Order: sequence, then structure tokens, then C-alpha cells
Amino acid sequence: MAEQHSHAAEHADHDHKPHGWRRWVYATNHKDIGTMYLVFSCIMFFIGGAMAMVIRAELFKPGMQLVDPQLFNSMTTMHALMMIFGAVMPAWTGLANWMVPLQVGAPDMALPRLNNFSFWILPFAFCLLLSSLFVPGGAPAGGWTMYPPLTLQTGASFPMLIFSIHMMGVSSILGAINVVVTIMNLRAPGMSLLRMPLFVWTWLITAYLLIAVMPVLAGAVTMMLTDHYFGTTFFTAAGGGDPVMFQHIFWFFGHPEVYILILPAFGVVSEIIPTFSRKPLFGYEAMVYATASIAFLSFIVWAHHMFTVGMPLAAELFFMLSTMLIAIPTGVKVFNWTTTMFKGSLTFEPPMLFALAFLFMFSIGGFSGLMLAIVPADYQYQDTYFVVAHFHYVLVPGAIFGIMGGVYYWLPKWVGNMYDMTLAKWHFWLSTIFVNVLFFPQHFLGLAGMPRRIPDYAVQFTDWNMVSSIGGFGFGLSQLLFPYLIWKCVKSGERVTSNKVWEGAHGLEWELPSPAPYHSWQEPPSDAVIARGAFH
Amino acid sequence: MVRARAVRHVMMIRAKNAQLTNKLGSAVSFLGLSMAALAPAHAESGWSLLNMTPGVTEISRKIYGLHMEIFWICVAIAVIVFGAMIYSIITYRKSKGAVADVTLVHNTTVELIWTAVPVAILIFMAVPAARTLVEIEDVTKTDLSIKVTGFQWGWQYDYLDNGVSFYSHLDRKSNKARELASGIDPNTVEHYLLNVDKPLVVPVGSKVRLLITGADVIHSWWVPAFGVKKDAIPGFINEAWFKVDTDKPGLYRGQCAELCGRDHGFMPIVVDVRTKEDFDAWVKAKAAEQKQAEAPGAAPAQAEATASTTTG
Repeated sequence: MAEQHSHAAEHADHDHKPHGWRRWVYATNHKDIGTMYLVFSCIMFFIGGAMAMVIRAELFKPGMQLVDPQLFNSMTTMHALMMIFGAVMPAWTGLANWMVPLQVGAPDMALPRLNNFSFWILPFAFCLLLSSLFVPGGAPAGGWTMYPPLTLQTGASFPMLIFSIHMMGVSSILGAINVVVTIMNLRAPGMSLLRMPLFVWTWLITAYLLIAVMPVLAGAVTMMLTDHYFGTTFFTAAGGGDPVMFQHIFWFFGHPEVYILILPAFGVVSEIIPTFSRKPLFGYEAMVYATASIAFLSFIVWAHHMFTVGMPLAAELFFMLSTMLIAIPTGVKVFNWTTTMFKGSLTFEPPMLFALAFLFMFSIGGFSGLMLAIVPADYQYQDTYFVVAHFHYVLVPGAIFGIMGGVYYWLPKWVGNMYDMTLAKWHFWLSTIFVNVLFFPQHFLGLAGMPRRIPDYAVQFTDWNMVSSIGGFGFGLSQLLFPYLIWKCVKSGERVTSNKVWEGAHGLEWELPSPAPYHSWQEPPSDAVIARGAFH
Repeated sequence: MVRARAVRHVMMIRAKNAQLTNKLGSAVSFLGLSMAALAPAHAESGWSLLNMTPGVTEISRKIYGLHMEIFWICVAIAVIVFGAMIYSIITYRKSKGAVADVTLVHNTTVELIWTAVPVAILIFMAVPAARTLVEIEDVTKTDLSIKVTGFQWGWQYDYLDNGVSFYSHLDRKSNKARELASGIDPNTVEHYLLNVDKPLVVPVGSKVRLLITGADVIHSWWVPAFGVKKDAIPGFINEAWFKVDTDKPGLYRGQCAELCGRDHGFMPIVVDVRTKEDFDAWVKAKAAEQKQAEAPGAAPAQAEATASTTTG
């Protein structure tokens, strides 16, 4: 990686900074660890994406063309596990590592060695998970949701699945602890909580969600492990257990998990839109309270993933109402972003393009989510492509575009070079067009009656499946531009001369030179600098 | 393939011509969906399969009504919100000379309004939804009960009141065609992947109660035309009911709706809804048929017993 330090800084840390492989394996610097998380997440994104290409290729036409149905089920399962735990979560942790210390005026994360451990667990966890493709019985094929009894039919890859999830969980929990301690203890003296950038706020709340729910997932999968190998019957009716209890425990983790996947995106978008509107975020406090409300509500809606299991009426009514309630704080956020742009002075560089696409398409995902909340209607949507369309809209033009927008926003600060704007805009437009071609028709397929997790379908679903698959291939290919662009920026991008990079940017990270020095904020920023940085 | 490429080409041109592509795309798609909503309920061709259909039971119609009501409310909100976004994007561009009003950061009144109004809209949505849910959960006063067991990979139907029981599998032609490299074009197979050897037979106009369970893993019994979907869970029994309109006998198709292993996509459901007389005749004949199938085993044993008493 090309790092350009000022001459003096290089002399200062030259003696202390390891070189070669030791720099990365023994890394304790939040910038290096952040970089490793992001590179790792990019690799996982392409592996998960390749699996999606297998899925869309099989679904291109009716009739089985390419893979055995069992392998198809493995592809859907592994695609989701790779994307959720391998791409999105590590990417957000990478962005947190890079940006939280810079944005709060801290010299590094509070627990640098724990930080190193949190990262290095991941390559091991994913080697374990990916090698399950090659064992007898193949990779897990019971869905990323791992419902028993089906998942108990998994072959030799079962313990690999469980243990890789344990490892990923440990990584997330330790990383989250690090984020909380850093924000609570290492903020510069003038950086009060209600002066922090929204990205820091959303990560603070996300970190609490992670600490609360990752242990629950660990509990659920451990119970499945003991059911499988040690004769317990937590999820077997014949032994007095209940398969539906797994679903309750899993989704008690699972629903806050999807907010873990999206809250940092809310933070990123809340940084980008004010910058490129040259106007402060509208309703800063409301945005903080809305994020906290969403996080709280996320704990009491889990059974909306289970409306067809046969819950009592009172339970179904409760979860319908609590789920509908989440629309309120989410709506408030969308309105506040819109009002930030209102009477602003807008320009449309790539970060802003991604943020605007997020605004539109996450909202579409939100609308289908509201429809899914209505229990009687959900009886027709559940386990169909309507659900697949919903969550891909909130995760791809939602979380993924948030990540990409964040990278395009902060990359010049990290590297000290500007990337090729034209190529970035190509990446944006191709991604946006193809993501809609890929996922919008899936609403139609679900409403027309196509179930999910099937490798073959009745012939009336052919046309829209074909369109969706073409969108998939287009979207997948377009993503190759992204790592190429970043590599090109690092190697030969045009030098960035100002600290600010973007005209409307405010925040402590923009008070530092570009690239940010290897050790930054070794002296905390003064009140004056913080005030200049804070936009509210 | 060429047609699909042409369609995509058209969509791409349409998209590239618009300055704000995805926003226009969303608008176009919403329009398309609304046109479909106004179109006749029965759709044959793939392209026109855009929406749920009202179905053939009162519950399915209520569900369809809820679905469309929520959909139109979402469209209305989208028009307002996306309209505001597009307006800002066009009007407040720096390239057009817009200067930012950096004092516009708070407005308590507006924030209260856009919190209270959505709450009111949600209450408006929740009331009919709750009412319909209460109706669906009322499994009393049913006319007949059928036990439905999902297994890997098919359904078993037990008519508890009549002693009729049989298995229902994916029909043979579909099963052959779906094999990898079968050489059979699915378009030549009638009701490909939606046909079974033995459909579930029920009377029209009767409240049919289903007792749904699973034999091995979780499955889910779903017939869109009835508005019924219920998980089939091993060790537990779920209740569901449907009552097909008296003027709508016929064949209705559905699929398993919970991932259940390799052939999850290959265990469809077909319900043959017959007039009450036809159903009564069928169930009588089926019961007799099944009794006879068990009887020959009893007859030789009886004859032996008689022989031994006469000789003995």
C-alpha cells in the first residue's frame, strides 16, 4: 500500500513501525486494521457474489441446467453467510476502525491488541466455512437461517458451520466492545456526545446491538450442536423440545442483526448528504433519537419473520403493531435527509450519488417492509420472492451502497490521492441500473406466487427471472470496477492538496492532512478545532 | 434470449435517457404495477404476472384488498417523498447557482407533524389488518377436517372423518423433465412443477379445516388462490381453514413454502375443488377402495380359521 507521510512524521515513527508481513500480522494501528477489514470484506463480497452468479445462472430459465438442487441450496446458504458475516459486517467494522478515532479526536482505538485479534479471527473463520464446500455432504444447505430439523440433516460441514459462526461472533463482540470503549473514553475533551458525527453515533448504537445479540446467536447454534452430537433435544419435539423455539432465539438475534447491517449506513449517509449539500444535517438530535428508537424497537419485532409458524393471535397482533411502529423513526430519518438537501447547494460527486441512490432505494425497501408487516398479507408474501426483493433492496442499495459511498467519501483522506471520478461515476450508474433490473422484478415474482429457495420454477415465472438474472450478471460485472478503481487511486491517483478534500466537508477527520498521518491526534484537537469541525 | 436482450436494451435506453435514472425507474415500475392492478385478475403471459390475484375465497379477497390498500398508501407517500427529493435535487444545485441556507437545521413543528401523520396512517392500516387476522384465526364451525402431513418430499392427506388417506407427489412428467440434462423442455410439460399424481379433493362452499404437521423437517402448505399458508412442523399440529366460493370449483395449485431440503421446489400442492355431490361421491368411492385394499389380507385369514374349525 502506498503511504505518503510528511518527512518529519516518517522520521518520527520509522523506528517504531514494523515492515513487511509483521506490519499486518502484528498490526495495532487502527488505520492498518481498518484497511485489512476492508480488503477482507471486498474479497468476501466477490466470493459471495460469485455464488449469487451461480444462483442467477440456474434461475435464468426453467428446467435444471447447471447444478444439483442440493448444491443450489448450498449456494443460497453460503451466499447469505458470506455477504452478511463476510462482506457487510467486516466492511462496517473497517470503516469504524478507520473513522471513529479520527472523528472523535482519539489517537487510536482503546484496545489495539484486541483490535488485531478481532480482525485476525475472521480469515480463519471463513477458511473454515468455505472449506465446507469440499467435505462429504457439501456445504451447509439449510439456509443462512439454519432452522432445525433441516439443518440437523447437514453432513460433515455441520460443525464447520457452527464453529465458524462462533468465531465470527467473537470477532464482532470484541470489535463492538472496542468501539464502545473508544467512544466513551477516548473522545477529545471538547467532543461531547451530542457534538459527535452521526457516523460515530450510529456505530455506538450498533456496537451495543452487537454485544446484546451475538451471544444469543451463539447460544442458538450451540444448542443445535448439542442436539446433533450430545443427545439434547432443545429443538426436537419427540424429546420435549420445539423447533420453533430455535426460530424465536435465532430471530431475536436476527432482527437486531439486520439493523446492525444498516445503522452504520444511516451514519454514512448522514455525513455525505450535509457535505454535498453544503448545509448542516437537519434535525441532528432527532436523528440521534430516531436511531436509538430503531435500535430499541428492533428487539421487540423478531417474530415478524415467523408469522406462518402458528403463533397465538395475540402474539401475531403484537408483532404486527411493533413492526409497523419502526416505520416512524425510519421515516423521520428519510425526511430529515431530504430536508438537509432542501435549500442546500448540491453537487453530485460519487459519494453523493451513492447516498442519493441509497435514499431512494432504501425507501423502496422500506415500503415493501411495511407491506410485509401486515400479517394477513404476509401470509401471501412469506417465503416468496417478495421477501427476497425486500431484503435485497435494503441490503444492496442500502448497506452496500452505504459502504461504497463511505469508501468513495473517505478514500482520498486515507490514501492522499483522488480516484478517477469518471470511472467512479460509471461504477455508480452501472450498479444502480443493474441493481434495479436485478431486484425490482423479484417483487412481481413473489406476488405472482414464486416461492424462494427453489432452483427451478413453473414456466410462467420465466420472463421476470430472465430479466433478474441479466441484472445480476450486469451488477456482478460492474463491481469489478470498484477494486480496480481503488487500486488505481493508490498507485497513480492525482495527489489531493487540501485537508478538506470536499468543499462542504466538516468534521475532525477533515482537519487532518491527506493522507491522514500514520499516528494522528496524538495531541487531542483543541476546542476551537472541534468547533470548526462540528457543523451543528 | 434475444427477446430478453431486447427488453433489457429497451429498459437501458429508457433508463439512460432519464437524468435521474433510478428515480424514474421507480416511478415507471410503480406505474406498471398500478396498471397491473387495474388489469383483469387472470394473467397468462409471464410479463403480465405482476401482482397477487384476489383468489377464490373471502379471506383471499380480504388479503388482496389489504395488500392493494397498503400498496396505494405506499405509492402516495412515495410520490410525496420522492417528489420532495427530486425537487431539491433539481432546484438546489450548485451548478444552477443555489446558495445553501445553513440556518435551516431545526423546525420542531414540521418534525412533530411528520411524526404524528405517519402514526395516524399506521393506525388506519392496522385496523382492517387486525380485523382480517381475527377472522383468519377463527377455526370454529368447520364442515370437515383433513390432516396434512409434509414430508421429504411430498404431502400426505388424511380425511379424518372418512378413513381416506393417500400420498401426493410431484407428477411423473414434471419429475422426469426437471432432472439435470433431461433434454425435455419444461414448456412442453403441462403445469410444469405445479402438478401432482393425487390432488387433495375438497367440496366447494364448505369450511375445510386443515390440521397441518410435518414428518421430518419443517415444510409449509401454501395455496395462493385460497390465501392460506401454514408451516408444517414435526411434533406440532397447526390449524388453518379455507372456504372456496360456491361458484368456483376447479383445480388450484400451490407449493411448499419452507426450505425443506434438496427437493423443496419439487413438492407442489394441487387442490381439486368439487361440487358437494361430486365430493361426497368421490370420498365414498375412495373410502370403499381403501377398505377393499385392506380387506383381502383379512379374508384369507378368515377362510383359514373356518377351515381349521371344520377340519379340526
